Amino acid sequence: MPNFFYQFNFYLFGLIAIASAIAFVTRKSPVAAALWLVNTMFCLAALYIMLEAQFIGIIQVLVYAGAIMVVFLFVVMLLNLGQPTEIADIRGRWGKLAAAFLGLALLAQVAALVGKRMPEPFIPGTGYDAQAVRDLGAVGSVAQPLFNEYLLAFELTSILLLVAIVGAVVIGRRRQIDAR
Amino acid sequence: MLAESLALSAVLFSIGAIGVLTRRNAIVIFMCVELMLNAVNLTFVALSKVYGMAGQVFVVFVMTVAAAEAAVGLAIIIAIFRHKQTVNLENINLLKG
Amino acid sequence: MLLQEATRLSHPLSGSIAEWVWLIPLLPFIGFLINGWLSITSAAHVGPKDPSAAGHDAAGHADDHGHDSGGGAHGDDHHAVVRHRYAGIVSVVGPAVLLLSFGLAVAIFMAMLGVSREAPFVRTLFSWIPAGDLHVDAALQVDPLSMVMTLVVTGVGTLIHLFSVGYMQDDPGYPRYFAYLNLFVSFMLVLVLGASYPVLFVGWEGVGLCSYLLIGFWFTDKANADAGKKAFIVNRIGDFGFLIAMFLMFANFGVLDFVGVSAAAPGAGFNSALVTTICLFLFLGCAGKSAQIPLYVWLPDAMAGPTPVSALIHAATMVTAGVYLIARSAFLFSLAPVAQLTVAFVGGLTALFAATIGLKQWDIKKVLAYSTVSQLGYMFVGVGVGAYTAGIFHLVTHAFFKALLFLGSGSVIFAMHRAYHATHNHDDAQDMRNMGGLRRYMPVTFILMWIATLAIAGIPVFAGFFSKDEILGAVFARTHESTLSEVSWLGIPGGSLLYLIYAMGLAAALLTAIYMTRMMLYTFHGPNRSGEKEQSHLAEAPWIMTGPLVVLGVLSLFGGWLNLPALLPLGPVGALEHWLEPVVGSATNAVTRGPHEPAHSTELALIGAAVAIAALGIIIALVRLKPDRLVPKAQAPEEQGFERVLLHKYYVDELYDRVIVRPTVWISRNVLATGVDEGIIDKLLVTWVGAGIPRLFGWFGSRLQSGQVGTYAWVLLIGVIAVLGAFTFR
Repeated sequence: MPNFFYQFNFYLFGLIAIASAIAFVTRKSPVAAALWLVNTMFCLAALYIMLEAQFIGIIQVLVYAGAIMVVFLFVVMLLNLGQPTEIADIRGRWGKLAAAFLGLALLAQVAALVGKRMPEPFIPGTGYDAQAVRDLGAVGSVAQPLFNEYLLAFELTSILLLVAIVGAVVIGRRRQIDAR
Repeated sequence: MLAESLALSAVLFSIGAIGVLTRRNAIVIFMCVELMLNAVNLTFVALSKVYGMAGQVFVVFVMTVAAAEAAVGLAIIIAIFRHKQTVNLENINLLKG
Repeated sequence: MLLQEATRLSHPLSGSIAEWVWLIPLLPFIGFLINGWLSITSAAHVGPKDPSAAGHDAAGHADDHGHDSGGGAHGDDHHAVVRHRYAGIVSVVGPAVLLLSFGLAVAIFMAMLGVSREAPFVRTLFSWIPAGDLHVDAALQVDPLSMVMTLVVTGVGTLIHLFSVGYMQDDPGYPRYFAYLNLFVSFMLVLVLGASYPVLFVGWEGVGLCSYLLIGFWFTDKANADAGKKAFIVNRIGDFGFLIAMFLMFANFGVLDFVGVSAAAPGAGFNSALVTTICLFLFLGCAGKSAQIPLYVWLPDAMAGPTPVSALIHAATMVTAGVYLIARSAFLFSLAPVAQLTVAFVGGLTALFAATIGLKQWDIKKVLAYSTVSQLGYMFVGVGVGAYTAGIFHLVTHAFFKALLFLGSGSVIFAMHRAYHATHNHDDAQDMRNMGGLRRYMPVTFILMWIATLAIAGIPVFAGFFSKDEILGAVFARTHESTLSEVSWLGIPGGSLLYLIYAMGLAAALLTAIYMTRMMLYTFHGPNRSGEKEQSHLAEAPWIMTGPLVVLGVLSLFGGWLNLPALLPLGPVGALEHWLEPVVGSATNAVTRGPHEPAHSTELALIGAAVAIAALGIIIALVRLKPDRLVPKAQAPEEQGFERVLLHKYYVDELYDRVIVRPTVWISRNVLATGVDEGIIDKLLVTWVGAGIPRLFGWFGSRLQSGQVGTYAWVLLIGVIAVLGAFTFR
């Protein structure tokens, strides 16, 4: 059982993450919502580092909060959606109720599934290799499998990124025959 | 800490799901999807302590894909906005009928 | 199964000509195929005007319905009748196949004479129904009873075929007629030769079908078609009873072949509810097929068919199938005295009832029809009291003299039609009021008809005397010390009931003598009422028709020799009884508790009573009925009072119509057609359920495809929860 300080921090960041998420979902203004999401991501980054996935924590801040959310905010600003919308953005009472119900159902199912054992074929083999982490460092221990066993997937994601970039440009550009 | 992490992840995921259902602004819905992805990342990282580095490697991939998806998705939303001057999902119903 | 195998392997008849028994029903069937083919091809090649076309026919004589148009095609009085193209071939093929069958039957009979006939010889052809526990083979059974029936069917059948060659010579449907007739004989032979109840039932249904086809032979006249339908539908009610009996037999005995059931039957117990029920349902089938109360109503209407058909089907063979069935099921009936008494009582009642109706009919064929119903009642009395030999004996003699009577009347009708055709007269050729004094013009027919009349009345030495007397004697003998006398029937002691049946039998005999003599008087004696011009055309029928009549006359005269009683040993005594002993002997003795010879004095008294009654009947008719006072039908006055009731057959048909037919039709139209068919099935099941459910699904599906991305998100999440649910609850 880790020490009290650790636990305290864990719960702290966890609760802040949940609170931020709820705030994010309930904001009327898209910009406010985006900023609350950034906060959630910061908390998650802290949690990653506490879970000894330091590399992941860092790139969470760098990539997710720093790049992806910035893109979101760029688009919001571009489309001039900063103000809270006049028309209710959030669905009516019944919609919220149904959504809450579904969310709870989802949660309940996940909770029920926690107790179940995984079928044998799905359990991966190795356990956490503390020795390898000490040798290669936090980044190295992620990079080593990344470029060895999962090289193919890595290459594919690079192609994916290329496609995404090209696609984004193509989809996003102005057409010649735009309606003026 | 594993159990707490998983519980947190489940809660965040549910919140994200509720957000997808509730909101009408396309961009906000997109952000809710990002929240769900983050919750899944947390699951992976938490379990990687038990099952090995594959979890963290997968998180890298998830983030990559999330980035690609965000780019393309937002491009599409921009294109739609140019057409219909709105990102309210209920007005984007050309598939109807 | 094993029982059959054993008898087959060691049977004295194995390997003999009896192995060819399957040819007996097959030959007439081949005749049907040939004649049927000829009928179809000739119809296909002709246009509407060619008189060879089948079905184009005599519509002119529609005076009373149920009318047989007297063997001629008189579509239009002005054109000459032309014989059918294939008449020659058909005239040879039709009777020839039957003659061959008869020859084969005789050969098998001869082979049987020399061997032991204790066990039946079962010739299995193939396995017909192997379904779970039910094993029915297509098998024919050669034993004394089936051979007697076969000889009668093929023998009398051949004679009637020959008669038909002359009678139907001018009919455009000539090949069709012989096709149907051959098919009928084929089915009848399957019926009598079958080795199990299902095979018998195939023949049973087949003869019902052929009866329908032949009764409605001239179907262009609606009355004839209706008569055919009536016969078939009433028969069907009886068939239902037969089927129930078979189901009960299978459910309780597990077997349906005669050998098997006779072995299993004693296990069901004496006078048990099961055996009684089976026998009563079998009798329901017999009541339909053999025209007993309450299902006799089709037989008089069946006179709408050609007269040889009436002779063959409704006198000699098909209607006797019921009697045969009971004799065949003797091992069952002897175990159920209550059922036996029921059979005998219904038979006796029918005999009396039909005889009263026959007293007042004017159509010569109707008189004979009711006479047939009455005589069938006698046969059922015979087999009902367990005197199976007596019943079969009367069946055989009745076949002889009734066929003779029908064919003779056919000759009469033929002559009348020829006369009316020549003078373009449209009167009823079958009404006795238009006849009279025909003995001067048709002497041979006259003598032969009198032979038959004396036979049916029961005058000694003629065939009917022996058979009828044996039945009445058997009834009387069983009033004491028999299984029948010891049970009570609906509260009445069996012995008393048997006395009542005996009295009904005697009364019916009296009436039989009266109405038959009446028929002869009005037809052949007295002055001729046909008309001046017609008289010159009245003549004896051609020899092709009179020849078979002569043969039947000889048989009616000497047929009694088949089973002479001990009192009158004019020849070998009890030949038929001895012959049938292996089949029905034990069943007969079971009823009388041992071979039972009544005292000679009693027997003499009974015979005396029967003869006296018969003679009395003839004398009454001769004295009281004055043919001189008759007028032709066209001028005849309406009947009054009780005579009118008799003429209209106690209005039974009208009663059935009111009570059964109209409610059934009403229910069919208003409840079943409108209510069930249109209301429930069409409206509810088809429109609401059948079409509604797809529409519901469609509406639901269309709501899902809203085009709104938000909706899709909802659906997606619900799907995820569902999939997770599968994992959760696995």
